Amino acid sequence: MTDATAGKPPRGGQMLAADGTPLKVSLRRAMRAQKLRALLLISPLLLFVLLTFILPIGDMLLRSVENDIVPSTLPKTVVALQDWDPKTSELPGEPVFAGLHDDLVIAVEKKANTRLGQRLNYEYSGFSSLMRGVVRDLKSMDTSRPFMEQFIEADKKWGDPAVWRTLKTFSGEYTSGYLLNALDMQRTENGIQMKPEQERIYLKLFLRTMAMSLGITFICLLLGYPIAFLLASLPLRTSNLILILVLLPFWTSLLVRTAAWKVLLQQQGVINDILVWLGLVADNARLVMINNATGTTIAMTHILLPFMILPLFSVMKGIPPSYMRAAKSLGANDWTAFWRVYFPQSIPGVGAGAILCFILAIGYYITPELVGGTSGVFISNRIAYHISTSLNWGLAAALATLLLVVVLALYWTYDRIVGIDNVKLG
Amino acid sequence: MSLRYILGAAVLVGLPFGAAMAADDIEPCDGCANSMTVVSWGGAYQTSQQNAYSKPYAELTGTTFTWDESSNEAVAKLRAQFEAGNVTWDLVDVEGPDSQRLCDEGLAMPIDFDAVLAPGDDGSTPTADFGDGLINECFIPQIWFSTTFGYRTDVAEWNGAVPTSLCDVFDMEKFPGKRALEKRPKKNLEWALLCDGVTKEELYDVLSTPEGVDRALKKLDTIKDQTVWWSAGAEAPQLLADKEVVFGSTYNGRLFAVIEEQHQPVAMLWDYEVFDFDGWIVPADLPEDRKARVMNFLRFATDTQRLADQAKWISYGPARASSQPLVGKHADLGIEMAPHMPTNPDNMKNYLVNNIEWWADHQDEVEAKFQAWLTQ
Repeated sequence: MTDATAGKPPRGGQMLAADGTPLKVSLRRAMRAQKLRALLLISPLLLFVLLTFILPIGDMLLRSVENDIVPSTLPKTVVALQDWDPKTSELPGEPVFAGLHDDLVIAVEKKANTRLGQRLNYEYSGFSSLMRGVVRDLKSMDTSRPFMEQFIEADKKWGDPAVWRTLKTFSGEYTSGYLLNALDMQRTENGIQMKPEQERIYLKLFLRTMAMSLGITFICLLLGYPIAFLLASLPLRTSNLILILVLLPFWTSLLVRTAAWKVLLQQQGVINDILVWLGLVADNARLVMINNATGTTIAMTHILLPFMILPLFSVMKGIPPSYMRAAKSLGANDWTAFWRVYFPQSIPGVGAGAILCFILAIGYYITPELVGGTSGVFISNRIAYHISTSLNWGLAAALATLLLVVVLALYWTYDRIVGIDNVKLG
Repeated sequence: MSLRYILGAAVLVGLPFGAAMAADDIEPCDGCANSMTVVSWGGAYQTSQQNAYSKPYAELTGTTFTWDESSNEAVAKLRAQFEAGNVTWDLVDVEGPDSQRLCDEGLAMPIDFDAVLAPGDDGSTPTADFGDGLINECFIPQIWFSTTFGYRTDVAEWNGAVPTSLCDVFDMEKFPGKRALEKRPKKNLEWALLCDGVTKEELYDVLSTPEGVDRALKKLDTIKDQTVWWSAGAEAPQLLADKEVVFGSTYNGRLFAVIEEQHQPVAMLWDYEVFDFDGWIVPADLPEDRKARVMNFLRFATDTQRLADQAKWISYGPARASSQPLVGKHADLGIEMAPHMPTNPDNMKNYLVNNIEWWADHQDEVEAKFQAWLTQ
């Protein structure tokens, strides 16, 4: 028993440090200096992460709701449209058309008209050519005549109330259009509705991405656990050799590995050739193992396996072998000793490996693009398409935002069920 | 011994490059930047540009070239560079429709063709020489290329039948086997409708009707389960060479490589191939010294001889009329290139040009429908 009163302040007074200041104050001062030093030490990294990662990503995610282009390109039109009731089948009045004329003259000068056309074309097909056409239309317009009939003469689409309804619906600074689109929904006259069956795609891809990523993570665990176990229990010399074999794929280009899978898996590929030669598969019924979900699963499992094995290995390395021996000496058979004693201790490694694999898997796009065909592509492939080909950055941002939300939700669930402090990388 | 052999071979291969350079009419360039960043597609196409344009130009002027292989996402990247206010590219190789987009948005600079470009060897003005290729005021065309089908010539199940028309691609009974098509609606929808009884003239009218796209997809349904969908241009030739597919659509230059360079049992189907232009655009608002260098280079690299030279390394047709008679033999293979050009009259009996305007309007809607159809 230690002396229970040690460290307690003398009755009635505070404990003082050597220089006479109260100990609490002195301690706090020392801690503050330490914290400040720590903050200064990490500040370069903090700034770096903030400037190159958090701010750009925040900016990108903001694009999923940003609609500034409509009110800033057509300011007068948007104001004039406020009095128009989109539910009527009548066209807006002359002031709207006059405002449109003024706005478009400036827009054409700034070459902003086609960008606007592209933006509105996401919601209503035909805006793209309508807005490109205004360059030619404006030249022939006579400012002394009413603009309404002149616009409709130039392009009859201006006489379609649906065009104006779209313009009015998407005239705000912010829009839910992209996010709705990313959920296969659209805004119609009758409120928000699901898109027609044959245009729905994103929800399906989200579900597929989640399901296949979970599947891939599970296969990685099944394949990786025994290898990690072997690595942890073999003598150092042998285990180092196997570890190099595990790491070897890491040092090979991702594209090379993916291309190698093509050579192996395709219908005229090595595996099918061997199966046909062995007589297991008929020549005219070769297995389809690539350009579908199977191809994606196989190639991605191969790529992600090291991310499962390494955390498992480092956790298992820390489990004393004497525990298993103790369990056995107390009468447990091999399986009980493993399942009741060893496995629970390796759970932090399983958690770390699974989270790592899963998070990497849902963001993958180059491997599914190359070996996924149509049934093995992920949501990231659509994001990449909208970023670099269709240039619909708003929709890409909306899809990315949803993906982020799903990941955070899963992370939260994981934390509630398993506990995030129960994850170890070593 | 073997090293000397390799070195000797390198010198021999190097010779034609040197012989191709004719240092005749290069204009002096005052106050020009000493380096250029050029954006292209990589692969054999970029090599042909380097051999025909930039290598001779660098020898004459000492300009250093940096190549960036970003053409397939040039519009996105250029837009991002403009948003960040830091344009690092000097000259960008893009397809026709992309140039239209960049020009419309003011990201590409309008060019005064007759002032900037060299007149044709036959004395014609650049405007007349390039003709239909000048699809907008920013775009300087280099080549015609076409997207067409290649087929394997050794398919036993075909019993000696040889595909002669585009619609044989859709004939599963006579020509069984897998097909490779691009994972995009563009071109595929047009081909499907043409083989569903729609004429070339009515094509976009039919596509504009609400049922048009569905009709095309329905036609594609007949081969859907036998189709491998590609997204990179190199995939279809590879699939053909590996016997994975019996028909594959791709760029004619890629098929040329499979047939003539790799000697695979593959042949080209010239029927309703889709024509398109590829060419240069200059980013808007370049600093004066960089702009001067680009203009000087452009005048050299798009003259009659240089455009004809490019066809020594790749089977794409030069965009100038005056270059056509100068198209000679392949630099390494020594075969005549003219019969392999998409612009060769024999290859142009039936051809198609995408309606850029229609695609600009319907791209978003049709792409969504097409991708949804693919995942069904």
